[in-house]
This record gives sequence, C-alpha cells and structure tokens, in this order.
Amino acid sequence: MRAWLRHHALSFGQTMRRLAASPFASLLNALVIGIALALPLGGYVLLANLQQFARGLATDGQISVFLAPEASKSDIAEIDRRLRGTPGAARVEFVGREQALAGLKRAPGMAEVMATLRDNPLPDAFVVTLAASEPELSRRLEQEIKGFPRVAHVQADSAWVQRVSGLLRFGRTAVALMATLLSFALVAVTFNTIRLQIMTQRDEIEVSKLIGATNAYIRRPFFYLGAFQGMLGGLAACVIVDLAIVVLNRDLAGLATLYGSDWILQLLGLTDGLAVLAFAAALGWLGTFVSVSKHLYKIEPR
Amino acid sequence: MPANSCLHCSTSLETDIISFSRVYKRYPGGYEALKDVNFTVAPGEMVFITGHSGAGKSTLLKLIAAIERATSGTVLVAGQNVSSIRRPAIPFLRRNLGLIFQDQKLLYDRSAFDNVMLPLVVTGHSWRDAARRARAALDKVGLLDRERAYPIALSGGEQQRLCIARAVVNRPNILIADEPTASLDAEYADAIIAMFRSFNQVGVTVLISTHDDRPIRKLNPRVLTLHHGSLA
Repeated sequence: MRAWLRHHALSFGQTMRRLAASPFASLLNALVIGIALALPLGGYVLLANLQQFARGLATDGQISVFLAPEASKSDIAEIDRRLRGTPGAARVEFVGREQALAGLKRAPGMAEVMATLRDNPLPDAFVVTLAASEPELSRRLEQEIKGFPRVAHVQADSAWVQRVSGLLRFGRTAVALMATLLSFALVAVTFNTIRLQIMTQRDEIEVSKLIGATNAYIRRPFFYLGAFQGMLGGLAACVIVDLAIVVLNRDLAGLATLYGSDWILQLLGLTDGLAVLAFAAALGWLGTFVSVSKHLYKIEPR
Repeated sequence: MPANSCLHCSTSLETDIISFSRVYKRYPGGYEALKDVNFTVAPGEMVFITGHSGAGKSTLLKLIAAIERATSGTVLVAGQNVSSIRRPAIPFLRRNLGLIFQDQKLLYDRSAFDNVMLPLVVTGHSWRDAARRARAALDKVGLLDRERAYPIALSGGEQQRLCIARAVVNRPNILIADEPTASLDAEYADAIIAMFRSFNQVGVTVLISTHDDRPIRKLNPRVLTLHHGSLA
C-alpha cells in the first residue's frame, strides 16, 4: 500500500516535471482543448441565460377571449366568474367594447379609419394572464374556455411561448451535438499528446519493462499527464467563456438600459466550472486510455 | 548447496534453478535459432555459454528472461515455466533476474545514480532505502565517485560496470550477462569477469555468454557450447 502510494506520488511528480519541461507546448495543448471546450460551454451558458430570460417574459403569456355580440351583462358577469375560477388563470381583465374602441382610436393612424365606421364592430373581451408559461397549460385553457357559453373566439398568445421553447430545444440539441463532437476532439488531442510522449520515452519504457516494471506502473504517469492536460484545458475553457461574458455584458448593459431593463448575462457558476474540469479530466483520461492501449503494449524489449 | 531455495517451485524435488528441456526456438521466417537444447543449472553455479556469433547464445539468454518465447519445449526458471508464463507475471520473474545486455540499455537522460535507482523505484522501495542500496551497488563496481556523471561521460568499461550495478542492485538470485566483455580490452574484460566471479562467490547463479575464451581458460568454469543452435 505504501509502495503503491509512493508510485502515485512519483508518477505525479514526473508528470509535473514533464509538463514543466516543455511549458510552451503544454500551454498550447491546454489552449487547443480550452477553445474546443469553450464553444459548447459558451453555448450552454448563453442558453441557460436565455432560459432565465424567457421565464421572466413568460409570465406575460396571455389568452384573449372574445365574446359573442349578443352577450348580455349577466353573461359577462357569469363568464368573468368562471374565468376567475379556472385553475391556471392568474389574472382576468375585462376589456369592454367601448373601451377597446377608444383604445384603437388613440392608436396613431387608426382615428380616420375608425371615423368611417357607423357602429362599434368590436366585441367585449377578456384578457386572461396565465399562471405559468407552459405551452401545455395555454393549450388546455384555450380548449376549456372555448366551451364556455357566449364565447365566440379564443386567441391564445402562446405561439411565441412555443416558439421560444422550440428555439431553446433547438439550441440545446445544437449545444449537445457540438459538445459531443468537440469531446472527440479533446480525446483525439490527448491521444496524440500521449502517443508522442510514449514515443519520446520509448527507451525508458523498454528498460523499465526489462527490470521488472508492471504495465500499471508504466501506464500511470501517462494517465496523470492526460487527465491533467484535460483539466488545464477545462480551466482554459472556463476562463475563455467568463472573459467573453464580461466583454459581452459591457455592450449588453447599454442595450438593456434602452429597453429599461438591467438584464445581463450570468457568469459560469462554481458548480458548473468544477463539473467542466471533471468532465475535461475524464475525457483526457479516456484519450490516454485509448492511446496507451494502442501504443504502450507494442513496446516490448527485444 | 541449498536443495530448494525458492518459494515458487512446482515440486519439492526441484533442485535446478534453470532447466531447459527439448527447447526449440524458430523465428518468424523459419530461422531456427535453437534446436533441441537440454541443460540444467544448479543454484550458485557459474556457467559460460560460448559459440560463434549467431549460434543462439543471445536467444538462449532471452528465453530465460521471457524476452523471447520458446517455440516448443520447457524453460524452467526457479521452478516457474517461463515458456508458458502469463504476461502479467513477467515483471515479477524479471525482478529476480539481473540482466546485462549486449547493447547496455542505459538511459542517457539521467545520471549513473538514477540509472541504478530505477529497478528499486520500480519495485517501490522508499527513497532513502533505495539510495543507500544504489550507492552500495555503485561502490561494488567502483563507480561511487561517478554517481553524478551521465552515461555518455563514462568510458566503455565504466558503462559496462554501471550496467552491472543496475543488474545487482535488486539482489537477484540469477545474473545473466550477454557478451559483457565484447567491446572491452583484455584488462577491463578481466576486471568485469572478476566482478561476476565475486557475485557468484556470495551465492548468485551467473550465466555469461561470450565468444572470448580467455576467461574460460583462466577460470576453468562449466562451459556450454552452442553450435548452430545445438549444444555440443
């Protein structure tokens, strides 16, 4: 057990010395991995931010309920009562036909059009604000309200909710595809680094085998090297993404004030950052495993 | 002579530390390096293997260390059948052997001291213990004052002695040397052979291949002569 720990400490030291022996190459490798990982990671962070933004907007998800022209005052009161009793409806607002007409007349360019009308063509209406932004809820309420008496037409303003959620789904798939593809790139980069390292240490590996080193012993420093390089790459990716967000936020702050909002992009959280490091290290380990399996066993003393 | 000094012996009657029986080695391409080789070596023996170049001396030594596998026949080393040894067991076989190669196989990117440390590092000795034993081994071959030198800075004879220090640092039961005096002048060669003689005198089994018959005439040891892959 102590010998085993000593081997690990030794391997780790060897790995660090090897990285330090060629700092420029090590840094460049980490940067390549970092850039490859930064693309999906950046996509992920943007999506997470968009999702939050969409959630903020979605409380505005509304259904417009237009009543039949023959609806009486008591019908209106009845529908108002039923709408308020519907689960999922957060707010119910009555817009009378006179009020709607007045609103239209105030709209620029509409006054002349309205003046040509003899009667008020607008129906009485309710605007129902949804409690949640789910397209499912919107569809359900739409169906339910359509069944109410004296309701002529129901218009769900949920199309955009569906669009946003569809877009988010599309974005998530794109990020997942990109992450998968670039994970292969990371494995490939590690594979190659380890292959070169094995080739430069060919003599040492051969001699080690001759004097009774086990394969596990010979493999170990390479695993440290691969995993550590992956982790450095992960760290580079986190730094790249956070720097990009800081730069983007400077422009975004100006843009947001124009819309009367203080919305800015959130930085990568600590948990996410650590997960990225662990994931990158695991990929580095995998690349090492493939490389070692392919190259190390071919070196046999002759 | 100890009747049975090893722990891995398959039978309690085993007295030979090395035993070849009906061993053939055919290389890919059909070249037959060894033909029907039979011999045994008792623990503590010192045996010279001679023969012209290409007679199969190196092949015979490589079979003992599982660097090559016999095409047929049985090679027993300390009771273990090396001709059918499983790959994971090979490192542990080699830890009991001190190997000295024709092409030396020193590592030129580290000092003499670090070269000798390597077998102890591989077997997981503590640094202090390993350093003490490495210095003792370097002292035995007369290179203690050269421990900081890199192999490239050592003379041919010194490099050969460094190989011997690396081979004995793990205190192996068996020392195997392939042409250890090949590129040395007579004086150096005699010193090297004397070194092997001293290890043999403390109980180490020694196998040396050579095509130089000076030490053989001098020491009058047991000699196995190979002729085109067969023992004469």
